[in-house]
Amino acid sequence: MDAAALNAWMHEFARLIAENTAKLTELDSAIGDGDHGFNMDRGLKAVVQALDDEPPDTPSALFKRVGMTLISKVGGASGPLYGTAFLRMSAAADTSVDGPGFAKVLRAGLDGVVARGKCVAGDKTMYDALAPAVDALDAGLAEGKDFPAALQAAVDAATAGRDATVPMAARKGRASYLGERSAGHADPGATSVTLLLVAAAATLTD
Amino acid sequence: MNKLINEPATVIPDALLGLAAAHRELRVDHENRIVYRGDAPVRGKVGLVSGGGSGHEPLHAGFVGPGMLDAACAGEIFTSPVPDQMVAATTAVDGGAGVLHIVKNYTGDVLNFEMAAELAEAETGVPVTAVITDDDVAVQDSLYTAGRRGVGVTVLVEKIAGAAAEQGRKLADVADVARKVNANGRSMGVALTSCTVPAAGKPTFDLPEGQMEVGIGIHGEPGRRRAPIAPAREIAEMLVSPILADLDFTGSDGVIAFVNGMGATPLIELYVMYHEVEQLLTKAGIGIARSLVGPYITSLDMAGCSVTLLKADDELLRLWDAPVRTPALRWGV
Repeated sequence: MDAAALNAWMHEFARLIAENTAKLTELDSAIGDGDHGFNMDRGLKAVVQALDDEPPDTPSALFKRVGMTLISKVGGASGPLYGTAFLRMSAAADTSVDGPGFAKVLRAGLDGVVARGKCVAGDKTMYDALAPAVDALDAGLAEGKDFPAALQAAVDAATAGRDATVPMAARKGRASYLGERSAGHADPGATSVTLLLVAAAATLTD
Repeated sequence: MNKLINEPATVIPDALLGLAAAHRELRVDHENRIVYRGDAPVRGKVGLVSGGGSGHEPLHAGFVGPGMLDAACAGEIFTSPVPDQMVAATTAVDGGAGVLHIVKNYTGDVLNFEMAAELAEAETGVPVTAVITDDDVAVQDSLYTAGRRGVGVTVLVEKIAGAAAEQGRKLADVADVARKVNANGRSMGVALTSCTVPAAGKPTFDLPEGQMEVGIGIHGEPGRRRAPIAPAREIAEMLVSPILADLDFTGSDGVIAFVNGMGATPLIELYVMYHEVEQLLTKAGIGIARSLVGPYITSLDMAGCSVTLLKADDELLRLWDAPVRTPALRWGV
């Protein structure tokens, strides 16, 4: 896949975030400070604008533009977390990205989230959806699945990971001050990053 | 919602226009929402940059000026500013001695300042050290949370580290002073009402008449517990006891006792509280070396107060007494 295909992925992600802004805000109001949907929507609208103004011609340049835009526009904790993920993806991306190359890029993004957020499994964060997705993508490709099938496995793993955050008590971010009272709602970050995987499956084919 | 605003979306830019008009000695970058002391960068002096979500005024912009901050970045209400603002501020205040970031311990603030420090160092080579404040004893389980919140001690860190920077001390020394203040300071707050974020238009949480939330944060986060409203002397006890249980304040040169208003509580009540705090400290054998009473780190229109105690020594007291000239703190000049 080339920069144009990845550009389409980002447009689809922006569309899904816009479609789910109210839902993300509702989840974040329940356990955080209620701004995740609004902040992500503002950030992704800026990403679309930045990509449309001058479409980047390499995957690396594209991810860098996405990362820098999110850092500049989102604020809160999500800006640095998503921003760092995309900057790491930029550093890991080759000129053209194939299936294994995409898995490498996504894992670099996950490593960025861990480095920035110092999160581990079970903290009730975006990690709990993204980590199983990256593992499923690697496993699928290793088993000889074709790229769309492996990507679908990643979407399923992200969705399951997101749903598994519902009973968890948050250990990171403002939700953590609620302790046990944060249980009973899906984590907003795990929900938004699942949309990133859904958007990938809808737009990336090889 | 009765507020003195034009419209919710313009509260922050409108307030910055007012701040700039009222305090001509400051320089305000309205586009980036950064407030600078007028003579920044000061050659050879460590630059102090802080910032955070808006809604805590006078923190941080009200503490910009000689003897305190060189720049403050304003975020949206209760939302961290973005790294671009912090990078711009850091670059602008660097007088060749490096820059100290003073960051309240909230995930968004910590991550954005962390990115800003990396970007500023990479882009311009300005050495940056960050000190994180986390003094709120209401957060008991700091292992399974984002850690203790940065509240009242932030004001004291900005004043005392600001004085150290003004003396021409090196970045590492100024950072050590800031860390020492944070390590020796503890706070606890109580809310008598919720606050109302202008864009939300309704109270952040529901607190019935006659009830108070003990151990509140500065964004309407939950406290330790809800309790019926009580006389000031009992509320003072609820705030002071957990602070004294957390740190041994005896054997110092006395404490700096800071009774802070949350925004909507009148000064007369803060003085009632201060008297009760003073009585409790006397009973505990702790001397008060200096005091500060007033609304300095607020939560919009929340009613309530917080108590911050800082275990002081001669060095910290001398730095506290040093001249300061900012919109909200001003003495010795």
